[in-house]
Amino acid sequence: MSKQPSPSHLAAIDDLLEEAEQWHVNAGDETIHAKRMGGKWRTIKWLGNSLWLLLFFGPYLRWNGRQAILWDIPDRQFHLFNVTILPQDLWMLALLLLFLAILLFAVTAFSGRVWCGFLCFQTVWTDIYTLIEERFEGTPQQRRALDKAPMDLNKFGKKLGKHTLWMLIAIWTGISFVAWFTDAYALWGNLFQFQLSSAAWITILLFTVCTYLLAGFMREQVCMWVCPYARIQGTLVDVTSIIPTYDFHRGEPRSRRKKSDADGQQAGDCVDCNQCVAVCPTGIDIRRGQQEGCIMCALCIDACDMVMDKVGRPRGLIRYESLNGLEGKACPPVYKQPRIVITSLIMFAALLGIFYGLSSIDAVDLKVLHARQPLYVLQSDGSIQNKYTLKILNKLADDVQVKISATGPKGLKITSNRLLVAQHGTVTPITTYVRVARKNLTVETQPIIFHIETVDSKEPFSSHRESVFIGPKR
Amino acid sequence: MADKNPFPGENNTGHIWDDNIRELANPIPRWWMLSWWASCAWVLIYVVIYPSLPIGDKPPPGLMGWTAIEEFKEGMAEVEAIRAKYEDQIKGMTAEQILADPGLSDYTVASVKVLYGDNCAACHGSGGQGAPGFPVIADDVWLYGGSTEKIEETIAKGRRGMMPAHNSKLSAEQIDTLANYVVGLSEGKDDPAGKALFMANACFACHGMTGTGNQAMGAVNLTDSVWRFAPGGIESAKRTIAHGVNFPSDPESREAIMPAFGDKLSANEIKKLAVYVYRLGQ
Repeated sequence: MSKQPSPSHLAAIDDLLEEAEQWHVNAGDETIHAKRMGGKWRTIKWLGNSLWLLLFFGPYLRWNGRQAILWDIPDRQFHLFNVTILPQDLWMLALLLLFLAILLFAVTAFSGRVWCGFLCFQTVWTDIYTLIEERFEGTPQQRRALDKAPMDLNKFGKKLGKHTLWMLIAIWTGISFVAWFTDAYALWGNLFQFQLSSAAWITILLFTVCTYLLAGFMREQVCMWVCPYARIQGTLVDVTSIIPTYDFHRGEPRSRRKKSDADGQQAGDCVDCNQCVAVCPTGIDIRRGQQEGCIMCALCIDACDMVMDKVGRPRGLIRYESLNGLEGKACPPVYKQPRIVITSLIMFAALLGIFYGLSSIDAVDLKVLHARQPLYVLQSDGSIQNKYTLKILNKLADDVQVKISATGPKGLKITSNRLLVAQHGTVTPITTYVRVARKNLTVETQPIIFHIETVDSKEPFSSHRESVFIGPKR
Repeated sequence: MADKNPFPGENNTGHIWDDNIRELANPIPRWWMLSWWASCAWVLIYVVIYPSLPIGDKPPPGLMGWTAIEEFKEGMAEVEAIRAKYEDQIKGMTAEQILADPGLSDYTVASVKVLYGDNCAACHGSGGQGAPGFPVIADDVWLYGGSTEKIEETIAKGRRGMMPAHNSKLSAEQIDTLANYVVGLSEGKDDPAGKALFMANACFACHGMTGTGNQAMGAVNLTDSVWRFAPGGIESAKRTIAHGVNFPSDPESREAIMPAFGDKLSANEIKKLAVYVYRLGQ
């Protein structure tokens, strides 16, 4: 399988083996101090991490004089650039959540825990926190030594610096989260004048404490014991999922240096240097196969490739591969895998719904409620009167004047027909009465359609809604 | 017993059943004990800061001075404060002026609904649809006048309908003819025989020469489609003509009494109710 190692390669293996002694598997009883090294997947991880910069800087984006993306909970409005979404349209949010949940399933089925490995806030914040730890306290070996050392001025200084920076990031995280729900600029002003609402204070405090504890201390234990997504995602992976995998056919039996052992068995490519364990942020050994602790961040691929380069063997001993691929079996193409097809269809349907919703949001929306007590009233001239409550939802930025009209039973008359101001961003109710002469009522219940149209508006809008006109039993 | 213990050194109580099931004397976990003591402390704190001891008619107040009734009153004051800006304006206005202001009129209708439900809905229905014997107030027919002043007067002073019984003066056939005449009036007919009886028995004195009624005394308009005593028709008309309304000596007489609310409700409340009633049907 492999050629005879050259002397320089043997020297490299010696170095690695010397280091290997100190790497062992995470049993949950000690802090994982993972080694950091560069590589292709580390670069991709940084790209994933940097997406979270949006959390910190997104709220400061302005659009038409207000925050571009703002969850205005007190006013029950969601601003997304030009679009204002009121609670009446929140079914689109349900579709969006459906889309994201199914996307998570589809991606996991196809390529494992991409979310966990590259995008999850727990992974990302832990990565940043351990980077800070390394900057203050040094390499994993130095950190372990420092943890064991008695407290002195040097240790105190390092710890103080680390925790201060951690806490600052945690506070900034809390404030940034709240900034999506209230005007970001005003938030900072109010923050320094101690004039935030109690809801804002509590949210900032909660996010600060949770960030500090979860990213600083809990770390991979969150993925192991707390996070429900981790378990759901684990069940979605099967033999066709392409995930970071150790090629045990090629690697085993592991050999520390010899080409073959005493039995004359051919040695594998794995030099048992434990670098894959060293870099693992959850402290597992990928060579034991797929396991719940693996967040599939692919950092072990970088480590192993580096080692393979050093010892002069081909890269890819640990690589993105399915279990089928490992056995040399072909995986069916993506479009023939039922769960990928089904999840894609659901995502497509959800997107279609959102697209329909966004394109059909009326600027002015009309709802009509027919009075129930009484259903109709007999008038002195023998005509029948029905009472309606019209609810006009105005999503425009300004108040508009609207005119109400109705079509339905012959000769109907709207008795209360004043011009009405529909206030912006809310529902304006108006009571309206419709009269129809008895002789025009041919059946007990007839359809009636109410129309509203804006008057003197820069952007003319109209809307209509069907209701019923009810008369006496015949 | 101790020397017979087959499981020495594991801190069991010596209670052993079925050879190997035994009770251990392990200490309670520390987190559990901490929670227990914290809970005990919380009980003490609670008793001290909240009114908790049921002693005497007036239980001792807690350190915080909190009571449920005070919290209720504060909540009510909050609502009153929000309403104040409307209520202050309404106080100095007549019902007519309130109706002319769409905002105040809507506010009045929304806020006085409870008052209507408490005082009026029992007879006139939750939507003014009336009930047998009690007039519909969501239509455009007003016995005593439909202006807000008249409605206020009706609510404040009450009303008492009055129509004499005619069964001692008129024969059954005559009552039948008159009833048919009254039904005909609401359908636009004018039967001469009925008209003659109508004039001869001085019905016109209250109901008018053409039967259009008189709001000053609450005499109904006989020519419109709405019946005071529903369900309308020949039988209804015959009974009313024969036994009258609120006629003291006839036990079968119709009852038509609106109680006075002037003592029960303030003038301001009556004014707002008038606005509400006015807008039930227009």
